[in-house]
Amino acid sequence: MLLEINPLVLPDPGLMIWSALAFLILLFVLGKFGWKPIMKAIHEREQGINDSLATAEKVRAEMAQLKSDNEILLAQAREERAQILKEAKDIKDKMINDAKEQAKDAATKIMADTQLAIENQKMAAIVDLKNQVGNMIIEVSEKVLRRELANKTQQESYIKQLTDEIKLN
Amino acid sequence: MVAVFSICIYFYPNISFSQDAPENENNEQHQNAGHEDTGDFDVAGTILDHIRDHHSWHLWGHTSIPLPVIIKTDKGFEAFSSSKLSDEHHQPVIYNGNYPYKLVEGKIKIMNTDGSVDKEASAKVFDLSITKNVVSMFISVFVLIIIFLGVAKAYTKRGVTSAPSGFQSFIEPVIIFIRDEVGKPYLGHHAPKYMPYLLTIFFFIWINNLLGLVPIFPGGANLSGNIAFTFTLALFTFVIVNVSGKKGYWKHIFWMPGLPVGMKIFLMPIELLGVFIKPISLTIRLFANITAGHILVLSLVSLIFIFKAVAASAMAVPFTVFISVIELLVGFIQAFIFAMLSALYIGMAIEEHHEEDLII
Repeated sequence: MLLEINPLVLPDPGLMIWSALAFLILLFVLGKFGWKPIMKAIHEREQGINDSLATAEKVRAEMAQLKSDNEILLAQAREERAQILKEAKDIKDKMINDAKEQAKDAATKIMADTQLAIENQKMAAIVDLKNQVGNMIIEVSEKVLRRELANKTQQESYIKQLTDEIKLN
Repeated sequence: MVAVFSICIYFYPNISFSQDAPENENNEQHQNAGHEDTGDFDVAGTILDHIRDHHSWHLWGHTSIPLPVIIKTDKGFEAFSSSKLSDEHHQPVIYNGNYPYKLVEGKIKIMNTDGSVDKEASAKVFDLSITKNVVSMFISVFVLIIIFLGVAKAYTKRGVTSAPSGFQSFIEPVIIFIRDEVGKPYLGHHAPKYMPYLLTIFFFIWINNLLGLVPIFPGGANLSGNIAFTFTLALFTFVIVNVSGKKGYWKHIFWMPGLPVGMKIFLMPIELLGVFIKPISLTIRLFANITAGHILVLSLVSLIFIFKAVAASAMAVPFTVFISVIELLVGFIQAFIFAMLSALYIGMAIEEHHEEDLII
Protein backbone atom coordinates (compact mmCIF):
# COMPACT_ATOMS: atom_id res chain seq x y z
CA MET A 1 0.00 0.00 0.00
CA LEU A 2 2.87 2.35 0.76
CA LEU A 3 4.13 2.06 -2.80
CA GLU A 4 0.77 3.28 -4.03
CA ILE A 5 0.66 6.12 -1.59
CA ASN A 6 4.04 7.61 -2.30
CA PRO A 7 4.94 8.02 -5.96
CA LEU A 8 8.55 8.74 -4.89
CA VAL A 9 9.33 5.06 -4.40
CA LEU A 10 7.41 3.88 -7.45
CA PRO A 11 9.85 3.41 -10.34
CA ASP A 12 8.59 5.10 -13.46
CA PRO A 13 8.92 2.60 -16.33
CA GLY A 14 9.50 5.35 -18.91
CA LEU A 15 12.46 6.72 -17.02
CA MET A 16 13.76 3.18 -16.50
CA ILE A 17 13.77 2.55 -20.23
CA TRP A 18 15.52 5.85 -20.92
CA SER A 19 18.02 5.17 -18.10
CA ALA A 20 18.81 1.73 -19.47
CA LEU A 21 19.21 3.14 -22.97
CA ALA A 22 21.41 6.01 -21.82
CA PHE A 23 23.54 3.76 -19.67
CA LEU A 24 24.00 1.20 -22.44
CA ILE A 25 24.98 3.93 -24.90
CA LEU A 26 27.42 5.35 -22.35
CA LEU A 27 28.82 1.91 -21.56
CA PHE A 28 29.27 1.11 -25.23
CA VAL A 29 30.80 4.44 -26.28
CA LEU A 30 33.07 4.80 -23.27
CA GLY A 31 33.96 1.11 -23.25
CA LYS A 32 35.02 1.21 -26.84
CA PHE A 33 36.55 4.66 -27.20
CA GLY A 34 37.22 5.77 -23.64
CA TRP A 35 38.17 3.13 -21.12
CA LYS A 36 40.06 0.88 -23.51
CA PRO A 37 42.72 3.45 -24.53
CA ILE A 38 42.74 5.07 -21.07
CA MET A 39 43.24 1.81 -19.17
CA LYS A 40 45.80 0.65 -21.71
CA ALA A 41 47.70 3.92 -21.42
CA ILE A 42 47.59 3.90 -17.62
CA HIS A 43 48.75 0.30 -17.58
CA GLU A 44 51.54 1.07 -20.00
CA ARG A 45 52.62 4.08 -18.00
CA GLU A 46 52.71 2.07 -14.78
CA GLN A 47 54.63 -0.63 -16.58
CA GLY A 48 57.01 2.01 -17.89
CA ILE A 49 57.50 3.54 -14.45
CA ASN A 50 58.15 0.10 -12.93
CA ASP A 51 60.58 -0.75 -15.71
CA SER A 52 62.35 2.59 -15.31
CA LEU A 53 62.66 2.09 -11.57
CA ALA A 54 64.01 -1.42 -12.06
CA THR A 55 66.47 -0.16 -14.66
CA ALA A 56 67.57 2.67 -12.41
CA GLU A 57 68.12 0.21 -9.59
CA LYS A 58 70.09 -2.08 -11.90
CA VAL A 59 72.22 0.81 -13.15
CA ARG A 60 72.85 1.93 -9.59
CA ALA A 61 74.01 -1.57 -8.68
CA GLU A 62 76.21 -1.64 -11.76
CA MET A 63 77.69 1.72 -10.83
CA ALA A 64 78.45 0.47 -7.34
CA GLN A 65 80.01 -2.64 -8.87
CA LEU A 66 82.09 -0.52 -11.23
CA LYS A 67 83.19 1.70 -8.37
CA SER A 68 84.32 -1.25 -6.28
CA ASP A 69 86.02 -2.73 -9.36
CA ASN A 70 87.82 0.55 -9.86
CA GLU A 71 88.93 0.59 -6.27
CA ILE A 72 90.26 -2.96 -6.59
CA LEU A 73 92.09 -2.01 -9.77
CA LEU A 74 93.52 1.06 -8.10
CA ALA A 75 94.71 -0.97 -5.13
CA GLN A 76 96.26 -3.49 -7.47
CA ALA A 77 98.02 -0.75 -9.41
CA ARG A 78 99.30 0.78 -6.22
CA GLU A 79 100.63 -2.57 -5.05
CA GLU A 80 102.25 -3.16 -8.42
CA ARG A 81 103.93 0.20 -8.33
CA ALA A 82 105.31 -0.52 -4.87
CA GLN A 83 106.51 -3.88 -6.13
CA ILE A 84 108.21 -2.34 -9.13
CA LEU A 85 109.85 0.34 -7.03
CA LYS A 86 111.11 -2.27 -4.62
CA GLU A 87 112.52 -4.40 -7.43
CA ALA A 88 114.21 -1.36 -8.98
CA LYS A 89 115.77 -0.52 -5.66
CA ASP A 90 117.01 -4.08 -5.25
CA ILE A 91 118.50 -4.07 -8.73
CA LYS A 92 120.19 -0.77 -8.07
CA ASP A 93 121.67 -2.03 -4.82
CA LYS A 94 122.79 -5.19 -6.52
CA MET A 95 124.43 -3.29 -9.35
CA ILE A 96 126.26 -1.03 -6.94
CA ASN A 97 127.44 -3.98 -4.91
CA ASP A 98 128.57 -5.84 -8.02
CA ALA A 99 130.43 -2.81 -9.25
CA LYS A 100 132.11 -2.43 -5.89
CA GLU A 101 133.09 -6.06 -5.89
CA GLN A 102 134.46 -5.86 -9.38
CA ALA A 103 136.41 -2.74 -8.58
CA LYS A 104 137.85 -4.32 -5.49
CA ASP A 105 138.85 -7.43 -7.43
CA ALA A 106 140.43 -5.36 -10.13
CA ALA A 107 142.30 -3.28 -7.59
CA THR A 108 143.54 -6.39 -5.80
CA LYS A 109 144.69 -7.87 -9.11
CA ILE A 110 146.46 -4.69 -10.06
CA MET A 111 148.15 -4.55 -6.69
CA ALA A 112 149.30 -8.16 -7.00
CA ASP A 113 150.61 -7.60 -10.53
CA THR A 114 152.40 -4.49 -9.44
CA GLN A 115 154.00 -6.25 -6.51
CA LEU A 116 155.05 -9.07 -8.80
CA ALA A 117 156.57 -6.63 -11.25
CA ILE A 118 158.35 -4.79 -8.42
CA GLU A 119 159.64 -8.08 -7.12
CA ASN A 120 160.86 -9.05 -10.57
CA GLN A 121 162.54 -5.70 -11.06
CA LYS A 122 164.08 -5.89 -7.65
CA MET A 123 165.37 -9.41 -8.34
CA ALA A 124 166.76 -8.29 -11.68
CA ALA A 125 168.39 -5.31 -10.02
CA ILE A 126 169.88 -7.53 -7.31
CA VAL A 127 171.18 -10.00 -9.93
CA ASP A 128 172.69 -7.14 -11.90
CA LEU A 129 174.19 -5.68 -8.78
CA LYS A 130 175.64 -9.05 -7.83
CA ASN A 131 177.09 -9.45 -11.27
CA GLN A 132 178.63 -5.98 -11.19
CA VAL A 133 179.97 -6.49 -7.70
CA GLY A 134 181.47 -9.86 -8.78
CA ASN A 135 183.07 -8.25 -11.78
CA MET A 136 184.40 -5.43 -9.65
CA ILE A 137 185.83 -7.97 -7.23
CA ILE A 138 187.40 -9.90 -10.05
CA GLU A 139 188.94 -6.69 -11.43
CA VAL A 140 190.18 -5.62 -8.05
CA SER A 141 191.47 -9.15 -7.41
CA GLU A 142 193.19 -9.15 -10.75
CA LYS A 143 194.89 -5.88 -9.95
CA VAL A 144 195.83 -7.05 -6.54
CA LEU A 145 197.10 -10.31 -7.89
CA ARG A 146 199.11 -8.61 -10.53
CA ARG A 147 200.76 -6.43 -7.93
CA GLU A 148 201.49 -9.22 -5.48
CA LEU A 149 203.13 -11.54 -7.92
CA ALA A 150 205.98 -9.22 -8.14
CA ASN A 151 207.06 -10.08 -4.69
CA LYS A 152 207.26 -13.74 -4.18
CA THR A 153 207.49 -14.04 -0.54
CA GLN A 154 204.87 -11.65 0.16
CA GLN A 155 202.70 -13.44 -2.31
CA GLU A 156 203.02 -16.61 -0.58
CA SER A 157 202.27 -15.11 2.78
CA TYR A 158 199.26 -13.45 1.35
CA ILE A 159 198.00 -16.54 -0.25
CA LYS A 160 198.41 -18.28 2.97
CA GLN A 161 196.62 -15.60 4.74
CA LEU A 162 193.77 -15.81 2.26
CA THR A 163 193.61 -19.47 2.62
CA ASP A 164 193.31 -19.14 6.33
CA GLU A 165 190.63 -16.68 6.03
CA ILE A 166 188.68 -18.90 3.66
CA LYS A 167 188.90 -21.69 6.12
CA LEU A 168 187.34 -19.45 8.72
CA ASN A 169 184.44 -18.83 6.50
CA MET B 1 35.74 27.00 -1.50
CA VAL B 2 35.03 29.90 -3.88
CA ALA B 3 33.22 27.53 -6.18
CA VAL B 4 31.09 26.20 -3.35
CA PHE B 5 30.14 29.70 -2.28
CA SER B 6 29.28 30.72 -5.80
CA ILE B 7 27.05 27.65 -6.09
CA CYS B 8 25.29 28.67 -2.92
CA ILE B 9 24.91 32.25 -4.04
CA TYR B 10 23.18 30.87 -7.10
CA PHE B 11 21.29 28.42 -5.02
CA TYR B 12 19.59 30.83 -2.71
CA PRO B 13 18.00 33.22 -5.21
CA ASN B 14 17.08 30.35 -7.49
CA ILE B 15 15.23 28.55 -4.77
CA SER B 16 13.45 31.71 -3.72
CA PHE B 17 12.36 32.37 -7.29
CA SER B 18 11.31 28.87 -7.97
CA GLN B 19 8.94 28.86 -5.08
CA ASP B 20 6.55 30.98 -7.12
CA ALA B 21 5.16 28.29 -9.36
CA PRO B 22 4.44 25.59 -6.80
CA GLU B 23 3.25 28.21 -4.34
CA ASN B 24 0.76 29.46 -6.87
CA GLU B 25 -0.18 25.94 -7.65
CA ASN B 26 -0.74 25.20 -4.00
CA ASN B 27 -2.67 28.40 -3.55
CA GLU B 28 -4.72 27.42 -6.52
CA GLN B 29 -5.34 24.07 -5.00
CA HIS B 30 -6.35 25.68 -1.76
CA GLN B 31 -8.76 27.89 -3.60
CA ASN B 32 -10.04 25.00 -5.64
CA ALA B 33 -10.69 23.15 -2.47
CA GLY B 34 -12.79 26.03 -1.31
CA HIS B 35 -10.43 27.21 1.44
CA GLU B 36 -9.40 30.76 2.10
CA ASP B 37 -5.84 31.56 0.92
CA THR B 38 -4.11 31.88 4.23
CA GLY B 39 -0.68 32.47 2.59
CA ASP B 40 0.76 29.51 4.43
CA PHE B 41 3.68 27.92 2.68
CA ASP B 42 3.25 24.23 1.88
CA VAL B 43 6.76 23.01 2.72
CA ALA B 44 6.24 19.31 2.09
CA GLY B 45 4.41 19.92 -1.17
CA THR B 46 7.13 22.26 -2.46
CA ILE B 47 9.94 19.92 -1.54
CA LEU B 48 8.30 16.87 -3.02
CA ASP B 49 7.56 18.87 -6.14
CA HIS B 50 11.24 19.73 -6.41
CA ILE B 51 12.57 16.24 -6.05
CA ARG B 52 10.13 14.53 -8.42
CA ASP B 53 10.37 14.30 -12.17
CA HIS B 54 8.74 16.89 -14.44
CA HIS B 55 7.48 17.01 -17.99
CA SER B 56 8.99 20.47 -18.45
CA TRP B 57 12.16 22.07 -17.14
CA HIS B 58 11.40 25.01 -14.93
CA LEU B 59 14.11 27.65 -15.18
CA TRP B 60 12.95 30.65 -13.18
CA GLY B 61 9.76 32.52 -12.44
CA HIS B 62 7.31 31.66 -15.18
CA THR B 63 9.97 30.52 -17.64
CA SER B 64 10.14 26.82 -18.43
CA ILE B 65 11.63 24.73 -21.20
CA PRO B 66 8.87 22.57 -22.70
CA LEU B 67 9.98 18.98 -23.23
CA PRO B 68 8.55 16.37 -25.60
CA VAL B 69 5.87 14.09 -24.22
CA ILE B 70 5.81 10.60 -25.70
CA ILE B 71 3.00 8.32 -24.58
CA LYS B 72 1.75 4.98 -25.69
CA THR B 73 -1.89 4.10 -25.29
CA ASP B 74 -3.98 1.37 -26.84
CA LYS B 75 -4.30 3.72 -29.84
CA GLY B 76 -0.54 3.69 -30.37
CA PHE B 77 2.27 6.16 -29.82
CA GLU B 78 1.67 9.85 -29.51
CA ALA B 79 4.09 12.73 -29.14
CA PHE B 80 3.48 16.39 -28.35
CA SER B 81 5.09 19.25 -26.50
CA SER B 82 4.63 19.46 -22.78
CA SER B 83 3.71 23.13 -23.23
CA LYS B 84 0.30 21.91 -24.41
CA LEU B 85 -0.34 20.41 -20.98
CA SER B 86 -0.11 23.74 -19.17
CA ASP B 87 -1.41 27.25 -19.77
CA GLU B 88 0.50 30.53 -19.55
CA HIS B 89 0.13 30.47 -15.75
CA HIS B 90 1.68 27.00 -15.56
CA GLN B 91 -1.57 25.46 -14.50
CA PRO B 92 -2.32 22.02 -15.92
CA VAL B 93 -4.86 22.03 -18.74
CA ILE B 94 -6.46 19.25 -20.74
CA TYR B 95 -4.79 18.43 -24.04
CA ASN B 96 -6.94 16.51 -26.48
CA GLY B 97 -4.78 13.98 -28.24
CA ASN B 98 -6.03 10.47 -28.77
CA TYR B 99 -7.51 10.92 -25.34
CA PRO B 100 -7.99 14.02 -23.22
CA TYR B 101 -4.74 14.16 -21.23
CA LYS B 102 -4.04 16.18 -18.13
CA LEU B 103 -1.16 16.33 -15.65
CA VAL B 104 -2.30 15.25 -12.25
CA GLU B 105 0.46 15.48 -9.62
CA GLY B 106 3.05 15.29 -12.37
CA LYS B 107 1.60 12.20 -14.02
CA ILE B 108 -0.24 12.16 -17.32
CA LYS B 109 -3.77 10.94 -16.76
CA ILE B 110 -6.74 10.43 -19.06
CA MET B 111 -9.67 12.54 -18.00
CA ASN B 112 -13.35 11.83 -18.12
CA THR B 113 -15.67 14.38 -19.63
CA ASP B 114 -16.76 15.47 -16.17
CA GLY B 115 -13.16 16.48 -15.20
CA SER B 116 -12.37 13.48 -13.06
CA VAL B 117 -9.52 11.00 -13.71
CA ASP B 118 -10.41 7.91 -15.72
CA LYS B 119 -8.38 5.52 -13.59
CA GLU B 120 -8.91 2.46 -15.76
CA ALA B 121 -7.79 4.17 -18.97
CA SER B 122 -4.95 5.99 -17.17
CA ALA B 123 -3.46 2.71 -16.03
CA LYS B 124 -2.93 1.77 -19.68
CA VAL B 125 -0.95 4.96 -20.41
CA PHE B 126 2.71 4.16 -20.89
CA ASP B 127 4.67 7.35 -20.43
CA LEU B 128 7.94 7.40 -22.42
CA SER B 129 8.28 11.17 -22.23
CA ILE B 130 11.61 12.95 -22.41
CA THR B 131 11.21 14.34 -18.92
CA LYS B 132 13.47 16.67 -16.98
CA ASN B 133 15.38 13.66 -15.59
CA VAL B 134 15.80 12.13 -19.04
CA VAL B 135 17.17 15.41 -20.43
CA SER B 136 19.48 15.73 -17.43
CA MET B 137 20.63 12.16 -18.01
CA PHE B 138 21.33 12.85 -21.68
CA ILE B 139 23.29 15.95 -20.69
CA SER B 140 25.35 13.90 -18.26
CA VAL B 141 25.93 11.19 -20.90
CA PHE B 142 26.98 13.88 -23.35
CA VAL B 143 29.32 15.51 -20.80
CA LEU B 144 30.86 12.16 -19.85
CA ILE B 145 31.44 11.20 -23.47
CA ILE B 146 33.04 14.60 -24.21
CA ILE B 147 35.24 14.35 -21.12
CA PHE B 148 36.42 10.78 -21.53
CA LEU B 149 36.87 10.81 -25.29
CA GLY B 150 38.94 13.96 -24.73
CA VAL B 151 40.98 12.26 -22.04
CA ALA B 152 41.39 9.12 -24.18
CA LYS B 153 42.51 11.30 -27.09
CA ALA B 154 45.02 13.00 -24.80
CA TYR B 155 46.46 9.60 -23.94
CA THR B 156 46.75 8.44 -27.52
CA LYS B 157 48.10 11.79 -28.73
CA ARG B 158 50.52 12.63 -25.95
CA GLY B 159 51.61 9.06 -25.42
CA VAL B 160 52.24 7.40 -22.13
CA THR B 161 55.72 8.75 -21.61
CA SER B 162 54.58 12.28 -20.79
CA ALA B 163 52.93 13.24 -17.51
CA PRO B 164 49.14 13.76 -17.60
CA SER B 165 48.04 17.37 -17.98
CA GLY B 166 44.86 19.37 -17.52
CA PHE B 167 41.69 17.38 -17.07
CA GLN B 168 43.61 14.18 -17.68
CA SER B 169 45.54 14.71 -14.45
CA PHE B 170 42.26 15.10 -12.54
CA ILE B 171 40.61 12.02 -14.07
CA GLU B 172 43.58 9.68 -13.93
CA PRO B 173 43.86 9.47 -10.12
CA VAL B 174 40.10 8.83 -9.90
CA ILE B 175 40.33 6.02 -12.44
CA ILE B 176 43.32 4.55 -10.63
CA PHE B 177 41.44 4.91 -7.32
CA ILE B 178 38.47 2.97 -8.71
CA ARG B 179 40.77 0.34 -10.18
CA ASP B 180 42.85 -0.10 -7.01
CA GLU B 181 40.11 0.34 -4.38
CA VAL B 182 37.15 -1.20 -6.19
CA GLY B 183 38.34 -3.43 -9.00
CA LYS B 184 41.44 -5.15 -7.68
CA PRO B 185 40.40 -5.95 -4.06
CA TYR B 186 37.11 -7.59 -5.04
CA LEU B 187 37.73 -8.94 -8.51
CA GLY B 188 41.43 -9.78 -8.43
CA HIS B 189 42.70 -10.88 -11.80
CA HIS B 190 39.18 -10.64 -13.26
CA ALA B 191 39.25 -6.87 -12.66
CA PRO B 192 40.22 -5.74 -16.21
CA LYS B 193 37.14 -7.46 -17.64
CA TYR B 194 34.73 -5.58 -15.36
CA MET B 195 36.58 -2.25 -15.11
CA PRO B 196 34.65 -0.60 -18.00
CA TYR B 197 31.36 -1.38 -16.26
CA LEU B 198 32.55 -0.23 -12.85
CA LEU B 199 34.13 2.96 -14.19
CA THR B 200 31.06 3.78 -16.28
CA ILE B 201 28.66 3.22 -13.41
CA PHE B 202 30.84 5.20 -11.00
CA PHE B 203 31.25 8.24 -13.23
CA PHE B 204 27.62 8.08 -14.39
CA ILE B 205 26.33 8.17 -10.82
CA TRP B 206 28.91 10.70 -9.68
CA ILE B 207 28.24 13.23 -12.42
CA ASN B 208 24.48 12.90 -11.89
CA ASN B 209 24.92 13.39 -8.15
CA LEU B 210 26.94 16.52 -8.84
CA LEU B 211 24.54 17.81 -11.49
CA GLY B 212 21.73 17.28 -8.99
CA LEU B 213 23.50 19.65 -6.60
CA VAL B 214 23.79 22.43 -9.17
CA PRO B 215 20.61 24.46 -8.80
CA ILE B 216 20.71 26.22 -12.18
CA PHE B 217 19.81 24.93 -15.62
CA PRO B 218 22.06 22.04 -16.65
CA GLY B 219 21.71 20.61 -13.15
CA GLY B 220 18.95 20.56 -10.64
CA ALA B 221 17.21 17.40 -11.75
CA ASN B 222 17.05 14.83 -9.00
CA LEU B 223 18.03 11.99 -11.32
CA SER B 224 20.25 9.91 -9.05
CA GLY B 225 17.65 10.41 -6.32
CA ASN B 226 15.00 8.89 -8.55
CA ILE B 227 14.21 5.29 -7.79
CA ALA B 228 13.66 4.38 -11.44
CA PHE B 229 17.22 5.44 -12.26
CA THR B 230 18.87 3.71 -9.30
CA PHE B 231 16.73 0.63 -9.87
CA THR B 232 17.83 0.43 -13.51
CA LEU B 233 21.50 0.64 -12.57
CA ALA B 234 21.04 -1.96 -9.83
CA LEU B 235 19.32 -4.14 -12.41
CA PHE B 236 22.45 -4.00 -14.58
CA THR B 237 24.56 -5.14 -11.63
CA PHE B 238 21.99 -7.86 -10.89
CA VAL B 239 22.15 -9.13 -14.48
CA ILE B 240 25.95 -9.06 -14.58
CA VAL B 241 26.23 -10.84 -11.22
CA ASN B 242 23.88 -13.64 -12.21
CA VAL B 243 25.12 -14.01 -15.76
CA SER B 244 28.76 -14.25 -14.69
CA GLY B 245 27.96 -16.37 -11.61
CA LYS B 246 30.07 -19.51 -11.55
CA LYS B 247 29.09 -22.98 -10.39
CA GLY B 248 30.22 -22.20 -6.84
CA TYR B 249 27.90 -19.19 -6.68
CA TRP B 250 24.80 -21.21 -7.54
CA LYS B 251 25.91 -24.04 -5.31
CA HIS B 252 26.16 -21.63 -2.39
CA ILE B 253 22.64 -20.45 -3.04
CA PHE B 254 20.85 -23.75 -3.55
CA TRP B 255 23.00 -26.32 -1.76
CA MET B 256 25.37 -24.67 0.70
CA PRO B 257 28.40 -26.95 1.02
CA GLY B 258 29.76 -28.04 4.37
CA LEU B 259 26.43 -27.96 6.22
CA PRO B 260 23.95 -30.63 7.31
CA VAL B 261 21.12 -31.33 4.89
CA GLY B 262 18.54 -29.65 7.12
CA MET B 263 20.53 -26.43 7.19
CA LYS B 264 21.00 -26.63 3.43
CA ILE B 265 17.26 -26.69 2.92
CA PHE B 266 16.76 -23.98 5.51
CA LEU B 267 19.35 -21.67 3.92
CA MET B 268 18.10 -22.13 0.36
CA PRO B 269 15.22 -19.61 0.48
CA ILE B 270 17.30 -17.16 2.52
CA GLU B 271 20.16 -17.24 0.03
CA LEU B 272 17.73 -16.99 -2.86
CA LEU B 273 16.16 -13.96 -1.22
CA GLY B 274 19.64 -12.50 -0.83
CA VAL B 275 20.11 -12.60 -4.60
CA PHE B 276 17.24 -10.13 -4.96
CA ILE B 277 17.91 -8.12 -1.82
CA LYS B 278 21.38 -7.16 -3.06
CA PRO B 279 20.18 -5.08 -6.04
CA ILE B 280 17.27 -3.73 -4.00
CA SER B 281 19.70 -2.51 -1.33
CA LEU B 282 21.76 -0.85 -4.06
CA THR B 283 18.60 0.80 -5.41
CA ILE B 284 17.39 2.11 -2.09
CA ARG B 285 20.79 3.19 -0.77
CA LEU B 286 21.53 5.52 -3.66
CA PHE B 287 17.93 6.73 -3.99
CA ALA B 288 17.52 7.43 -0.29
CA ASN B 289 20.89 9.12 0.19
CA ILE B 290 20.56 11.51 -2.71
CA THR B 291 16.88 12.25 -2.11
CA ALA B 292 17.56 12.83 1.57
CA GLY B 293 20.28 15.32 0.65
CA HIS B 294 17.94 17.22 -1.63
CA ILE B 295 15.18 17.23 0.95
CA LEU B 296 17.59 18.46 3.61
CA VAL B 297 18.86 21.37 1.51
CA LEU B 298 15.35 22.33 0.46
CA SER B 299 14.06 22.10 4.04
CA LEU B 300 16.77 24.42 5.28
CA VAL B 301 15.99 26.95 2.57
CA SER B 302 12.28 26.57 3.33
CA LEU B 303 12.95 27.78 6.88
CA ILE B 304 12.99 31.30 5.46
CA PHE B 305 9.51 30.83 4.08
CA ILE B 306 8.25 29.08 7.18
CA PHE B 307 9.38 31.96 9.42
CA LYS B 308 8.41 34.48 6.72
CA ALA B 309 11.43 36.53 7.70
CA VAL B 310 14.52 37.44 5.72
CA ALA B 311 16.44 37.24 8.99
CA ALA B 312 15.91 33.48 9.01
CA SER B 313 18.30 33.30 6.05
CA ALA B 314 21.11 34.25 8.42
CA MET B 315 20.73 30.77 9.85
CA ALA B 316 19.31 28.91 6.86
CA VAL B 317 21.94 29.93 4.30
CA PRO B 318 25.04 28.90 6.28
CA PHE B 319 23.38 25.59 7.08
CA THR B 320 22.48 25.12 3.42
CA VAL B 321 26.10 25.84 2.47
CA PHE B 322 27.27 23.33 5.04
CA ILE B 323 24.86 20.61 3.88
CA SER B 324 25.65 21.32 0.24
CA VAL B 325 29.34 20.79 0.91
CA ILE B 326 28.51 17.54 2.70
CA GLU B 327 26.36 16.56 -0.26
CA LEU B 328 29.38 17.00 -2.55
CA LEU B 329 31.11 14.41 -0.42
CA VAL B 330 28.03 12.18 -0.27
CA GLY B 331 27.73 12.37 -4.06
CA PHE B 332 31.22 10.93 -4.41
CA ILE B 333 30.83 8.38 -1.62
CA GLN B 334 27.52 7.02 -2.91
CA ALA B 335 28.89 6.63 -6.43
CA PHE B 336 31.93 4.89 -4.96
CA ILE B 337 29.80 2.61 -2.77
CA PHE B 338 27.55 1.67 -5.65
CA ALA B 339 30.57 0.73 -7.76
CA MET B 340 32.26 -0.99 -4.82
CA LEU B 341 29.23 -3.11 -3.91
CA SER B 342 28.68 -3.99 -7.56
CA ALA B 343 32.30 -5.17 -7.68
CA LEU B 344 31.81 -7.05 -4.42
CA TYR B 345 28.69 -8.86 -5.66
CA ILE B 346 30.35 -9.70 -8.98
CA GLY B 347 33.46 -10.82 -7.12
CA MET B 348 31.39 -13.12 -4.89
CA ALA B 349 29.68 -14.61 -7.94
CA ILE B 350 32.81 -15.31 -9.97
CA GLU B 351 34.92 -16.48 -7.06
CA GLU B 352 36.25 -20.00 -7.52
CA HIS B 353 35.39 -21.90 -4.36
CA HIS B 354 37.62 -24.65 -3.13
CA GLU B 355 35.73 -27.42 -1.41
CA GLU B 356 38.50 -28.16 1.08
CA ASP B 357 38.41 -24.55 2.30
CA LEU B 358 34.74 -24.76 3.12
CA ILE B 359 34.79 -27.74 5.41
CA ILE B 360 35.97 -26.19 8.63
